[in-house]
Amino acid sequence: MRLRPALSSALLALMLASLTVGAAQVDLRAVFRDPQAMLVLLESRLPRTLAVALTGAALSVAGVLIQALVRNRFVGPDTSGTAEGAALGLLAITILWPSSPLWLRMIAASLSAMVTTALFLAVIRRLPVREVMLVPIAGLVLSGVLGSVVTFVGWQTDLMQYVGTWLMSGEFSGVISGRYELLWIAALAAGLAWFSADRFAILGLGDQVATGLGLSTAAVMRLGLAVVSVVTAMVVTTVGMIPFVGLVVPNLVARVMGDNLRASLPVVGLAGAVLVLACDLLGRLVIRPYEIPAGVILGVLGAVLFLWLLHRRPAHG
Amino acid sequence: MALLLALLAAVWMLQGLGPGNRGFILGLRATKLAALVTVAVAVGVSTILFQTVAANRVLTPSIMGFDALYVLLQTALVITLGGAGLVGLPPGAKFLAEIAVMSALAATLFGTLLLRGARDVPRMILTGVILGVLFRSVSGFLGRIMDPNEFAVVQAVSFASFNRVDATLLPLAMAVTALAVALAWRMSARLDVLALGRDPAVSLGLAHRGVTLSVLALVAVLVSVSTALVGPVAFFGLIVAGLAHGLMRTAAHAVLLPAAGLSAAILLVGGQWLFERQLGQAATLSVVVEFAGGLFFLYLLLKGRIR
Repeated sequence: MRLRPALSSALLALMLASLTVGAAQVDLRAVFRDPQAMLVLLESRLPRTLAVALTGAALSVAGVLIQALVRNRFVGPDTSGTAEGAALGLLAITILWPSSPLWLRMIAASLSAMVTTALFLAVIRRLPVREVMLVPIAGLVLSGVLGSVVTFVGWQTDLMQYVGTWLMSGEFSGVISGRYELLWIAALAAGLAWFSADRFAILGLGDQVATGLGLSTAAVMRLGLAVVSVVTAMVVTTVGMIPFVGLVVPNLVARVMGDNLRASLPVVGLAGAVLVLACDLLGRLVIRPYEIPAGVILGVLGAVLFLWLLHRRPAHG
Repeated sequence: MALLLALLAAVWMLQGLGPGNRGFILGLRATKLAALVTVAVAVGVSTILFQTVAANRVLTPSIMGFDALYVLLQTALVITLGGAGLVGLPPGAKFLAEIAVMSALAATLFGTLLLRGARDVPRMILTGVILGVLFRSVSGFLGRIMDPNEFAVVQAVSFASFNRVDATLLPLAMAVTALAVALAWRMSARLDVLALGRDPAVSLGLAHRGVTLSVLALVAVLVSVSTALVGPVAFFGLIVAGLAHGLMRTAAHAVLLPAAGLSAAILLVGGQWLFERQLGQAATLSVVVEFAGGLFFLYLLLKGRIR
């Protein structure tokens, strides 16, 4: 249980580091005397730092929820067709109504993400029950199929540039104040999940047990679906999808804390923020003054962690 | 089937030829036809081989990350030698060296995976899939830190396209494919035994481990050829292998291997003809193939055919 303070201090340290790293020299001590430094800090550094932390936290919580929904430890919002669904919705609204307001785009992306995630859940239900490993495989392939639809439509309509920013790796370099606020919605949605954390924990036990304990599984499923879709849609819209975060972080935290979601959800959020922030920082430092997107680094790191999770012995039952 | 392919090839070559400039057009078309057939045969045969080794009808080399490994190898080569150095090498020598390294790597990596993971097929698949993702991510990472000019060299092999065929490699690629297919054909009796499963094969006197590794090396060679020519194609092999098994209803590799090669060639040449000449949508064949193949894969999963 000493995980939380440790992660909190790590997050604070990383945030401070994130404020000092970048193309322009900013001396944190001089910030109140130097209006130029203040500007850089408030318009670019701080928004970016917040955006990274919010993304990491929200995606990790979404990962916990989707894993509870499909009762499988090896899926995440990026391997369940959710991200591709969000991109499909964005693509559709961009084609049908190019000048549509932002809120409408968000709704389109969220709804379409819900539809594809529901499709994934429907596919999962028809799989042979005892095969734990088939679920993530089906998710990956479904994501691939949906992704090819997105690519196809993108090609046909000359919108590949947009598709690239949504689905190829997540980038935080474009974040300035006024261009990331959607992520607060994602964080809010993830926060909602915490209020019904216990219900998701019960849902993870299986349909019969959950119903027996007096839980309306359908309602909880709907809530989970909504939260996962909204979080993913916001992330896809603002920074592009970040791979593996929602898949790996819940697993790592569960290894230490078990499945008491009410206690572990905040820790999952913290850990996700720390991980993504660390990767973003690394990406900013490796080839200074240029950058490597955090998503690229997480693609490598996340894949390695995932392989390790696959081949380790289960921590407990 | 061979007849059908010949017919398609004739249509491909001769359709809509105007009076002027015949030699040039025929030359272009012949190059493309040869490339399509080479790729098709490579993909078809390598998929059947791999499925036999893995004792599984749902797997293909690309699902397990073979072509991602090839792209990664390319990227690593460009970084270590520099783009100029890479272009400076004679393409033939470079290609052969790549194939050699690729075979060694693939045999080691997937050999360990297959020989160890035979009991837990789904876990093995997932491992392969994630390995593929890992290879692609590392390639992407390296692509970010290399010189943009060098990156262009890499990009040419990282996306599937049946239009952009690298003609310089074609004669060599055809020779390598022919050789690999001939070797596979020579092994077909041993492959039949291998398909029975490990224990029966061993008791019938088959050197199980050796055969497995050599087949994997062959698969790696064929995948290198098709990836070098048109880039990664994930599910095409799955469709073709499914077709070959469905049409032939036999387990004899002497029949299966040519059937897979032929049906792949028919699909590719026919598909390319349809998309390029009839629909004017040359770029989309690979996307459509991937889409259909992915759906087919999901269908196989749902039917529980993964065993």
